[in-house]
Amino acid sequence: MGNARGFLTRRKGGKGWHWTDIVTWVWLIGGLIVMFGPAVWLTFSSFKTPAALAEFPPSILPYVTQQVKVDGYEKPLALFEAKMPDGSTQVLAEVRRVGIVAQMVDPKAPGQIIRVNIADRQPVREIAFATENYTKPFTQFDFVQYLWNSVFVTVTATLITLIVNSMAAFALSKYEFKGRNAAMLVILATLMVPLSVILVPLYSIISTVGLFNNLWGVILPTVATPTGVFILRQYMLTIPDELIDAARMDKASEWQIYWRIILPLTAPALAVLAIFSVVWRWNDFLWPLIVLSRRELYTLQVGLSIYSGELNVQWHYILAMTVVTMIPVVLVFIFLQRFITTGIAGSGLK
Amino acid sequence: MAPSGSPKGSLEPKASASPMDRLAGLALAPVHLIMGLADKPLRAWQKRTGIGGMALFFLAPNMLIFGMFVLLPIVINIVYSLTGGTALFLSERSFVGLDQYRQLFNCANYLDAMTCQEDAFWTSLDNTFWFVVLQVTLMILASLITALILNRELAARSFWRAVFFFPVLLSPVVVGLIWKWILQRQGLLNFTLLPFGFEPHTWLSDRGFAFGAAVGVSIWAHMGFYTLILLAGLQAIPKDLYEAAQMDGTRPARIFWRITLPLLMPNLLVVVVLALIKAVQVFDEVFILTGGGPGTSTLFLTQYIYETGFVSQPRNAGLAAAASILMGLVLVVLTLIQLGVGRKNEAKGKR
Amino acid sequence: MALKSLLAASALTLMTTTAHAGDVRIMWYSDGIEGEVFQDLVSRFMKDNPGINVIVDNVAYSVIKEQLPVQLEAGNGPDIARVTAIKDLAKHWLDLRPLVSNAAYWDENFGANADWMRPDGSNQISGFMTQLTLTGGFANKTLFEQAGVALPGPKATWAEWAAAAKKVAASQQIPYPMALDRSGHRITAPNISYGANYVGADGKPAKLDAGAKAYLGQFIGWTKDGTMSKDVWVSAAGQSYRAAADDFINGQVAFYYAGSWQIPNFAKKIGSNFDWVATGSPCGPTSCTGLPGGAALVAVKYTKNPKDVAKVMEYLSSETVVKEFSERTLFLPAHKGVIAKGVSFKSDSQLVKDALNTFVGASKSTADAAQKMPGWRWSDTLYGAIVTRTAQAVAGEMTAEEAFTRIDSDVADKVKASGL
Repeated sequence: MGNARGFLTRRKGGKGWHWTDIVTWVWLIGGLIVMFGPAVWLTFSSFKTPAALAEFPPSILPYVTQQVKVDGYEKPLALFEAKMPDGSTQVLAEVRRVGIVAQMVDPKAPGQIIRVNIADRQPVREIAFATENYTKPFTQFDFVQYLWNSVFVTVTATLITLIVNSMAAFALSKYEFKGRNAAMLVILATLMVPLSVILVPLYSIISTVGLFNNLWGVILPTVATPTGVFILRQYMLTIPDELIDAARMDKASEWQIYWRIILPLTAPALAVLAIFSVVWRWNDFLWPLIVLSRRELYTLQVGLSIYSGELNVQWHYILAMTVVTMIPVVLVFIFLQRFITTGIAGSGLK
Repeated sequence: MAPSGSPKGSLEPKASASPMDRLAGLALAPVHLIMGLADKPLRAWQKRTGIGGMALFFLAPNMLIFGMFVLLPIVINIVYSLTGGTALFLSERSFVGLDQYRQLFNCANYLDAMTCQEDAFWTSLDNTFWFVVLQVTLMILASLITALILNRELAARSFWRAVFFFPVLLSPVVVGLIWKWILQRQGLLNFTLLPFGFEPHTWLSDRGFAFGAAVGVSIWAHMGFYTLILLAGLQAIPKDLYEAAQMDGTRPARIFWRITLPLLMPNLLVVVVLALIKAVQVFDEVFILTGGGPGTSTLFLTQYIYETGFVSQPRNAGLAAAASILMGLVLVVLTLIQLGVGRKNEAKGKR
Repeated sequence: MALKSLLAASALTLMTTTAHAGDVRIMWYSDGIEGEVFQDLVSRFMKDNPGINVIVDNVAYSVIKEQLPVQLEAGNGPDIARVTAIKDLAKHWLDLRPLVSNAAYWDENFGANADWMRPDGSNQISGFMTQLTLTGGFANKTLFEQAGVALPGPKATWAEWAAAAKKVAASQQIPYPMALDRSGHRITAPNISYGANYVGADGKPAKLDAGAKAYLGQFIGWTKDGTMSKDVWVSAAGQSYRAAADDFINGQVAFYYAGSWQIPNFAKKIGSNFDWVATGSPCGPTSCTGLPGGAALVAVKYTKNPKDVAKVMEYLSSETVVKEFSERTLFLPAHKGVIAKGVSFKSDSQLVKDALNTFVGASKSTADAAQKMPGWRWSDTLYGAIVTRTAQAVAGEMTAEEAFTRIDSDVADKVKASGL
């Protein structure tokens, strides 16, 4: 198994195309376009100038009007392809525009002004990456500080989530005790309460216990995720009780059973939860925005929101910083998703 | 129905360790040390309190955090819904009894949202219902198909898996933004249609399309999550079952209904529960995409609650709390039903 | 090992959160480059006053609007903040009168707007307006010229602008003759020009009067027949703000009603694509008013070191600083002395300078009813109800008449629920 991976699936013996193969590849290629396309466009857009971002029709790649230095003019002039009265086209530089008439000059012979109707000229464009969308926030923006805060929140919250949730899931799946169903029900019921609903009470609790403007105020309310307990518990239910009984016979303590038997066997589910926890905590926005109002505590998501004003939003910075904030999660995913496969394959499926 | 053996039969370490595994092993060494150290006091605790005490120990940290930051706010919220006024903190609010609920339920005709005092609440409830039905069904279907396809032997399978998972990595805000730009008048969709002679259309001003877009975009953003869970379930199904079935010449459709689906049930249940809950809570990405418009056609419950409690001037935290309690009640009922289904399945699994 | 360093790191993080004496924290939001300019001015202050450490916390506007009130109510919050809901939160502002060295300077130069940000009936000095804004129209001059339609004059009515814009749209094949932001603040300006008065005899909201109904009815009609862009109004539910600025920037709109704050945005994004002019506000039967507004910098009562806060505020409100801030950000200043001496806006575009001057001129024709709105407690309540219901009427979910009834009942509910 797993050797000689061809472009065709091998289930049908590798002879000819079964209809399922066609469906598979249509689905995959379509998925590639639909899933990646928007993000690619986002990345290209992040290199556009503010003017190009607002432009219609939009372009895929970032274009700017070509500029040229012309003798006798201080500033570089924009280049246009103008239709001349005799029907020919010529590349001219625009000096200024008065109403619907543009005054243009030939860059090679800058002495003479040519008047062109603005409907008869098209800008000459070239691809240019507006890297200042990236560099400027980096200088204004304590990027390293924000990154550190984000990493700290994400890593700490994920570790605590994994430990605390797996312990709870273990108790809820492998022990019979009074109130077990009640506990499970409460966890499930609260799974359903969206954060935006309990914002005000949660805020008053956080400020009472003094976690306002403190990174722990961001971390703690998120770590006891009902989702995590739920996923892990469902997974642990599939682990046979015989294993635990055998371990008990060998005089293993309950704690040892938990971390030597249950945890390794739950590895794939833990990896899944780790990925989700990283993604969630990394992208958390609403809650950190409320708890953190000091610059030195901002996470990246909060940091990039400062470009949303009352009346205007500086999209070019938001896009650029979004691309930057995407990179770490993508890396984490690439690393952890291997772990899921090895986790599944290595647990002796065959 | 399910085989009694778990998917993970053996504890043996893998025969060959890749560099990645060795790295992981190295990183785990201190963890092992700490876990080992924790064992001594815990053994003593176990001796004193027995298994029940251990259950308590395992459950306590989660429940403490949970009680403080989730349960307590919910309780406070219930109290909130019984108070009125503009103050934000409970101590300064006045008790109004069930007035907030009365206001929500004040309708001339319960079949027509427009006759209610809080028409927006009922409109958002209606929208949320249809959203949940459509989004959950379609998304699970899409996730299942994707998981089945990704479970086949493909070249570069981890690449394809990453493709479908990718949108999950994006924050909801970004998801909303990307799609807004694609669908708006000067967006990518109109641009792509332009050469085919289509006039630019403001897609998001079209009621049906906007609702469809809300459903579609939230499927786009979340299906990777569920695909992954389903895929994990599919990979846990022993391959020899398939091989045996194939040798018997069983038709693929029959294999799917008889082997794949039943064995996938536990994971499918997780997916259904989570998807349902997330769908009811839909907010961020749709709020950015459509803002609830056109008109109120994509106004969902969470947005209504958020607007009432936070945005409107003066804020009405009491009314928002009452609406959220009602929403919570509906969800608890849904959970109970799900749990019933789940218990039945668990019972089957044990046999 | 990893765990240890993590713990150490977390301890470090905990330590950095404690405030130091001499810190002055300013919560600031930006629509454009004003954050940079402000930081620059603050840095200069810190160089001259090494004992005071001013920290500018840049935040999203939504933090100011939605989270700051919660913080204030809990007695938290920054020392100074740039806010727009200045009347609503007035009880949280610090009275600078006993703290500043020259209260007369404040009364003289900022007196005109001081009432917008203090509790009713007091003479408190809470802060000053960082900028004034005024709603007003913008016309795409190039489109008008290409269509051969003359720009309506300064006393032109809304109907005349509509007729001219429609001619331009028809000849130039653009989708929207006119556009108006999805905002209760924006649509209130023409309402008042049509004679509306929101304020009842008791200071609480009155029912919608004939003037407001006349313009709103007209507006809804215009969105139905395509004179006014419908898309921006249906693009959200509730009271979300949506600007039609991008359509204007793309040359898709002949006449766009927004306000002075769009000028720097247009300068940057339109560039030399077409010529645009500010037109002031079109006239209604009663007046030709725009609606004033703006953001204020106010000191917060819960500060630990009011003396330093007052020092910072004195510096920021000084004539030279206000002048430089306005010139570099292209904002209309609120400082009487600065206005009297004139501001030379830092822009090399004549379009920008002309537009700013048009707004300065238009501010003289602001109606009294409009002047009152920023300092009135219930203005946001009315704006919210008007936007929500008018947008529903525009989307065809209800008739104009139903919308008017709903606006009245929504406002009445809100007033009742607030218990005031």
